[in-house]
Amino acid sequence: MLRKIRITLAAICFTFITLLFLDFTGTLHAWLGWMAKIQFFPAVLALNLGVVIALIVLTLLFGRVYCSVICPMGVFQDIVSWFSGRRKKKKARFTYSPAKSWLRYGILVLFVIALIAGIGSFVALLDPYSAYGRIVQNMFSPLYRWGNNLLAYFAERAGSYAFYETEVWIRSIPTFIIAAVTLIAVVILAWHNGRTYCNTICPVGTVLGFFSRFSLFKPVIDAEKCKECSLCTRKCKASCIEYKSHDIDYSRCVACMDCVDTCKHGALKYRFVGWKKRASGKNAVQAGANAAGMKAPDPKNSGPKDRSRRNFLTGTGLFLGTTMLSAQEKKVDGGLAEILDKKVSHRQTPIVPPGAVSLKNMAQHCTGCQLCVSVCPNNVLRPSGNLMTLMQPESSYERGYCRPECVKCSEVCPAGAIRKITTAEKSAISVGHAVWVKENCIPMTDGVACGNCARHCPTGAIIMVPCNEVCDKEGHSGKGHGKGMGNGKGNGNGQGGGHGKQERRHGNVMVPAINEALCIGCGACENLCPARPFSAIYVEGRQVHTTI
Amino acid sequence: MKENDKNTMDRREFLKRLGIGTAAASAAVLATTGCGGKGSKAGTGGQGHESGEMTYRTNPTTGDRVSLLGFGMMRLPFIEGKEEIDQEMVNSLVDHALEHGVNYFDTSPAYCQGKSERATGIALKRHPRDKYFIATKLSNFASSTWSREASIEMYRNSFKELQVDYIDYMLLHGIGMGGMKEFEQRYIDNGILDFLMEERKAGRIRNLGFSYHGDVEVFDTMLARHDQYKWDFVQIQLNYMDWKYAKQINPRNTDAEYLYGELAKRGIPAVIMEPLLGGRLSNVPDNIVRMLKEREPERSVASWAFRFAGTFPDILTVLSGMTRMEHLQDNLDTYSPLDPLGDEELAFLQQAAAMMMEFDTIPCNDCKYCMPCPYGLDIPAILLHYNKCINEGNIPASRQDPNYRKARKAFLVGYDRSVPKLRQASHCIGCNQCSPHCPQGIMIPVEMQKIDKYVEKLKQETL
Repeated sequence: MLRKIRITLAAICFTFITLLFLDFTGTLHAWLGWMAKIQFFPAVLALNLGVVIALIVLTLLFGRVYCSVICPMGVFQDIVSWFSGRRKKKKARFTYSPAKSWLRYGILVLFVIALIAGIGSFVALLDPYSAYGRIVQNMFSPLYRWGNNLLAYFAERAGSYAFYETEVWIRSIPTFIIAAVTLIAVVILAWHNGRTYCNTICPVGTVLGFFSRFSLFKPVIDAEKCKECSLCTRKCKASCIEYKSHDIDYSRCVACMDCVDTCKHGALKYRFVGWKKRASGKNAVQAGANAAGMKAPDPKNSGPKDRSRRNFLTGTGLFLGTTMLSAQEKKVDGGLAEILDKKVSHRQTPIVPPGAVSLKNMAQHCTGCQLCVSVCPNNVLRPSGNLMTLMQPESSYERGYCRPECVKCSEVCPAGAIRKITTAEKSAISVGHAVWVKENCIPMTDGVACGNCARHCPTGAIIMVPCNEVCDKEGHSGKGHGKGMGNGKGNGNGQGGGHGKQERRHGNVMVPAINEALCIGCGACENLCPARPFSAIYVEGRQVHTTI
Repeated sequence: MKENDKNTMDRREFLKRLGIGTAAASAAVLATTGCGGKGSKAGTGGQGHESGEMTYRTNPTTGDRVSLLGFGMMRLPFIEGKEEIDQEMVNSLVDHALEHGVNYFDTSPAYCQGKSERATGIALKRHPRDKYFIATKLSNFASSTWSREASIEMYRNSFKELQVDYIDYMLLHGIGMGGMKEFEQRYIDNGILDFLMEERKAGRIRNLGFSYHGDVEVFDTMLARHDQYKWDFVQIQLNYMDWKYAKQINPRNTDAEYLYGELAKRGIPAVIMEPLLGGRLSNVPDNIVRMLKEREPERSVASWAFRFAGTFPDILTVLSGMTRMEHLQDNLDTYSPLDPLGDEELAFLQQAAAMMMEFDTIPCNDCKYCMPCPYGLDIPAILLHYNKCINEGNIPASRQDPNYRKARKAFLVGYDRSVPKLRQASHCIGCNQCSPHCPQGIMIPVEMQKIDKYVEKLKQETL
């Protein structure tokens, strides 16, 4: 009975959390967003005392039910293990193994050190909830989206607007690889030995394991009734029951109730046992301190300090030639001009989304779970590739920009890395500022009027100003000419349809000027800039966000 | 007010349709056309067009017996996802058309990304040369082709592409779009018009004419010089919207009533383009559909437009850019034989036209002259999507509209389906290289930015 309750609850939690990572429309978050927020480690980072205390109390009462019900990584391993157990003769395949305390506590210590030192990537690597989130986002979400796209394909043909197509792309190769490796490792471990990960590596498991030794309710073996059949040991995926001595290692027991259900002699019962002194004082102090985990770490800020930005241009120069391709000359009727993909601008300071407050805040709180990345409807957020902030989100604007009506990432973040903001607040939060790259600017290179950045700036931070003589010289340099006269060489009949000549204006072009005081760094200008592959206007991040 | 000037229903050829993968929005439109057109007749039992003979008109100068339905080769089908004409489909369309009496095929070196002439040539080469008339144009729009040599080269190339040694109907292409000055640069200063008249004398051109859009001064001047040039025919845009409303839709244009009248006065046969306004007259607002269907439940919406064009006696042929077999079959139905409109029916259509003027659709006929946009926009697809939403009532005026949520979703989701994100109106930089090419005189950047602003309001829910 207890086991059935556990399985039911676990199935519900697991499904919901997985859906949370799969749903790209953001509708589920309104209902289920809290499920991410009750995860232990994100709650610790969010300084969400209520949740942390509640989870500890839960553990002190009932043992590590968190690991069996709430933690999606734990449940995922149970599922894998269950499939493994369906094989013939593998139903009862576990054996007791002694606790590997040195490994558990060693990793916990490293984890805490990394947390304090601000090595967010290591921290994010180990946190089970985040690791699971990454797996779903990188491995399962593409399948989900392809499925959606298939439905969208049929919906389109049926004239329905119920489904719309969504983009599937790998946001970061390192994170993708990490997720794949994590998935493989966890599956192998769970396939063979059940909860090995939880009881040797997982820092949350270690911390909760410390508390669960004192839990009021526990499975206990009644030595009188026990016939030493070993069934409970062989069914224990945590490998923590030693049937011969009737001992259960409660620091590793995840309260799954499998043993209780298994025992044919009624010797195993989950019951109230009260406080029993068992803990060694030394560990208690250490683990207790860790569990609280709320030391405000003062990691050395990982954000770069150099704010100079113009050296971006050197890299851009090389691409000027290719930029020309995007603007093609009209020869005949119809057809579509080729559009070059935008390349990621090199930013001296990375951009983190509004609500993240500062690079430091992001680095300190983010567990790299990818929930914000999954939910970003504009393809702005992607995991960072920087070693120190690996897997933590950052913004870039080649595929879309941070639209004014969207605050989804701030709504879903369980770890306080992106704090909840409203759209009104967002419109005044500056996460960066635009920088103009004269050499790429279309009025300069193509000699045509543009101003698309200014037209789309939500805060009116870009004004169009006439350019001086220096610019005119630039406008004349080679490129504009090449295009203006290019229609002499088409093949055969290919040149018929250009109705009217194209005149290149060189004098008096209007170019964008940025009022940095008003710029919020949303990236509309960068994204909608016609210059390709590098935009003629791009956003530099701010280490600390400001309010305009 | 301003919008009323710019946008409204208007002109152009037949049920033609996008060829290219621009598909989605238009795909839906197509479906409508197909059903409206074919379904209604099919219901009466079998294929209607087998029932009667194609109506023919006689060219007064050469005595050519020309089918009232002419095949426009501007909207040929493309292979899905490729920039390549679906030659097999073109062949079967041409075969079917010839088999059912169509004998006039109109192309140009500029059509279908410059691939139309060759495809036309391949399809027609499979039939005896005396069974059909070929019309093509000297499409020297680009200033690099204004020189005598370049223009003559383009002219000679048409013979090669079409695999013929004479051309039945040769046109100066789209005169009037750049005003008198550009006309003179293209055809007078370089002596090309004289050259073409020589060619006519030599028999390599059997009929010489021009197609006209835009500045009426050019049209009037050309007719004033009729004694000198002896136009054998003239191609104009005519349909029940442009009959009286062309100028109201765009002050740059001239009502078809005037154009036709001037030609008829001089006995110059008219070839009609855009009888269906690029399909817009087959895909009309719901209330107009109801109006037409109540009167003639068996006839397609498009058939009204074709009957209108065919009713005028001095019309030689009515061109239709038929992308699909359904288009061809429906048109064959309409013209085999033509059932001309009576006075009362003409008045009824004018009433429908007046009602359609109420709608703020943008007069784009999907001719793709504006394309390719150098910055990658898919201009016709954007405009067609917008028009489609107008016709379907999916342009909410404010958040208070009862169908706001549904309409918003239909507009935005449909937008992404019809136009890839990178080719949407938000990417229009306003360089205005497109507008001079538009035969309908649409101020494309203005429309793009208007649509973009509207999309922003929908997305941000600030409507």
